[in-house]
Amino acid sequence: MDAKVDLSVTEKPKLSVRNLNFFYGSFHALKNINLDIPEGKVTAFIGPSGCGKSTLLRTFNRMFELYPEQRAEGEILMDGENLLTSKEDISLIRARIGMVFQKPTPFPMSIYDNIAFGVKLFETLPRAEMDERVEWALKKAALWNEVKDKLQQSGSGLSGGQQQRLCIARGIAIKPEVLLLDEPCSALDPISTGKIEELIHELKTDYTVVIVTHNMQQAARCSDYTAYMYLGDLIEFGPTSELFMKPKRKDTEDYITGRFG
Amino acid sequence: MAATLPASPLSDDRKMERADPRARPPERRQSLPWADAVFSVLTHGAALLTLALLVGIIVSLVIGAAPAIEAFGLGFFTTAEWDPVQEKFGGLVMIYGTLATSLIALVIAVPVSFGIALFLTELSPSWLRRPLGTAIELLAAVPSIVYGMWGLLVFSPLLSTYVQQPLQSLFAGVPLLGTLFSGPPVGIGLLSAGIILAIMIIPFIAAVMRDVFEVTPPMLKESAYALGSTTWEVVWKVVLPYTKTGVVGGVMLGLGRALGETMAVTFVIGNFNQLESLSLFEAANSITSALANEFAEASEGLHQASLIYLGLVLFFITFVVLALSKLLLSQLKKGEGRSS
Amino acid sequence: MSAIPMPAARAAAQAGRLRMHAKRKRTNAIALTLSLMAMAFGLVWLVWILFETVRLGAGGIALSVFTEMTPPPQAETGGLANAIFGSLVMVGMATLLGTPVGILAGVYLAEYGQKTLLGSVTRFINDILLSAPSIVIGLFIYAVVVAQLKSFSAWAGILALSLIVIPVVIRTTENMLSLIPNALREAAYALGTPKWRVILTVTLKAARAGVITGVLLALARIAGETAPLLFTALSNQFWTSDLSQPMASLPVTIFKFAMSPYENWQKLAWAGVFLITFGVLLLNILARVLFRNKH
Repeated sequence: MDAKVDLSVTEKPKLSVRNLNFFYGSFHALKNINLDIPEGKVTAFIGPSGCGKSTLLRTFNRMFELYPEQRAEGEILMDGENLLTSKEDISLIRARIGMVFQKPTPFPMSIYDNIAFGVKLFETLPRAEMDERVEWALKKAALWNEVKDKLQQSGSGLSGGQQQRLCIARGIAIKPEVLLLDEPCSALDPISTGKIEELIHELKTDYTVVIVTHNMQQAARCSDYTAYMYLGDLIEFGPTSELFMKPKRKDTEDYITGRFG
Repeated sequence: MAATLPASPLSDDRKMERADPRARPPERRQSLPWADAVFSVLTHGAALLTLALLVGIIVSLVIGAAPAIEAFGLGFFTTAEWDPVQEKFGGLVMIYGTLATSLIALVIAVPVSFGIALFLTELSPSWLRRPLGTAIELLAAVPSIVYGMWGLLVFSPLLSTYVQQPLQSLFAGVPLLGTLFSGPPVGIGLLSAGIILAIMIIPFIAAVMRDVFEVTPPMLKESAYALGSTTWEVVWKVVLPYTKTGVVGGVMLGLGRALGETMAVTFVIGNFNQLESLSLFEAANSITSALANEFAEASEGLHQASLIYLGLVLFFITFVVLALSKLLLSQLKKGEGRSS
Repeated sequence: MSAIPMPAARAAAQAGRLRMHAKRKRTNAIALTLSLMAMAFGLVWLVWILFETVRLGAGGIALSVFTEMTPPPQAETGGLANAIFGSLVMVGMATLLGTPVGILAGVYLAEYGQKTLLGSVTRFINDILLSAPSIVIGLFIYAVVVAQLKSFSAWAGILALSLIVIPVVIRTTENMLSLIPNALREAAYALGTPKWRVILTVTLKAARAGVITGVLLALARIAGETAPLLFTALSNQFWTSDLSQPMASLPVTIFKFAMSPYENWQKLAWAGVFLITFGVLLLNILARVLFRNKH
């Protein structure tokens, strides 16, 4: 199914998906996906449960490789290089692509150590520089003011919304190029959700953001481009305003108008 | 007025009974109305029996040990003299032996068990996981007398030739290590008993560690992988801190088993009631081994009472260790919520 | 501090990353290799012990082992008949004695005492007794039975072994019953079934494979226990079926024979070890197969 949109000249793709097929064992979960994720913008994946949006997201950082019965065929190009067959070590690839999960997952250590965890894997920074980096990441995630006096306390002592921003800060601290957000607000209350959506809006100045959401209104609020998926196929992809106001396909229109869920 | 019902397979008489709304429902009587009470009493009683058992054990041990407690008091713990003829008894040798062999066993077993648990949860291909896990569990099922006998007749001659003698010549003259490895290298003693004990408790500790690692939420591990961690880093920096109370609980469970083990130890420990040096190669004794060898023939009186005193000490130590283990393991089940 | 560093700085950072990365990869590889070696280490002992047991024990298995009594040292003939019989009798009776008590207490924990104080305390105590030194159980029975009756007896041995059966059966029964979904119980109650009937005819029945597995595991455990018998049932050179007398058992006989310097005794001890090991392993495997089939 070819739903590649005609990106204008100023939008260069950060990630290009070509003929991607994905299998859970013998179950064909993603069917021939072709898609360009534009750089420096927020792209949303929407669709009903089981449509493959999270599956697609998790191919970008090869998270599926942790599970032997899952496999992907096709190409995922980042800056021209195919991530699926790259000779580069997987941990270095993953360091360039950050991921935040559905439920906040603070590590069992202090807030400071949570942020420093990823940084310490790749860089040896003197204490002063590490402090700076932690502060920078927490500011970027709009969490600094709330935790600056309790950096040594456990990450699990924060509220749900704060924990999720902690996870975002942790992912940003290693300075990735792409940020993948897998239903980041699904476990959060509306106020925390609002804060994270504001954050997403700011993050796109520095990162390419891809967000999976089951909440259409969230996609409409936050994203620049939206992809609608159904049962493993990419049905439609385009600028968010167009997809929501004047969808090109009837299937998309049916989903958006709530004819089915 | 009777309601009309669709055609039913019942006879016409019965149909009339059911159809008539004025007909009363069949009388229900509870058969055996006292059965619930009796059953409840039986089950509660069985539970109380367990408590009674514990109390009974403690009481009987205290009563049995009373003559020795009276005669020797707390000095029992620091005296190494064990003389049935003169009726002078001190438990230092046995207590030291029990603690030393268990410590050696832990030092060997904990890292190995950790490696096995790591292998089973992260490295092993999924088709191999179940058979290997079963193999480890079967190792736990082998009776300890088998370990003891194998230890004496197969292992200790080999230990003597390939480990003890080389160690002795290697460290001869070295201040601390030399003394540890002095003594007759014949495969008997604290070291041999400690090693056999280690082999025995590895399956227990490995099984608990594996169960505890498996409880780690996959999303937590994926978060660490997503940052670019290697498998080792995920386990050492995220899984282990997350499961640390469970891991410690498992280790204490192994320790509790090691402390109370009789047959695996008694074959190779030497049954020697004197403590002459700190050597790991000298024959020694443990509480369980002393009981196994001497109790049946011990004369009633101070000899028997002293042995029971040792038993009481052992029960107390294992009780504390096992209680701690249980508390730690159940704390892990309550979740990871702990502010540092 | 800008988020996307300048090209030259990025190249330098990349080089640093690669250096660190090589070290991390090495650490990872070493750790995982050590883990593999630990796995092999654990298996090696199992294989070696089983191998030696077969090598040294299987050769001694002959009909005489089952038909002749334990011999005096250095005798020409002899077997383990009285020890085998003693073990079968004592282990069997102990299981018969301990299982009902264990199941009842397990039922209490799962069906009556999930949140009560008695329940929590019993659970706690039971788990400790599960791992408590078995020789102390022997001491307890000695003090309570042998010393009172002024004689060693098979009954004392049976009692001691049953005290080891009880905690195992309690734990497995409670675990198995807890796995049964409440919906099943509720369906039975909804029909008006009294509690005792729900437990006996619905819940326990649904859990029976697991409960039987637990009993088999308890049986396997006491089949190999030596320490509790050392000063309760003691041992007996001769055949006896009188439970008020000391009775021989395989583990105690093996203990005595193996520690001795007599060759014929040692050979019989290995045969005994062979019998016990494979008996216990078979019981364990049987228990697992049974459990897996029903699930």
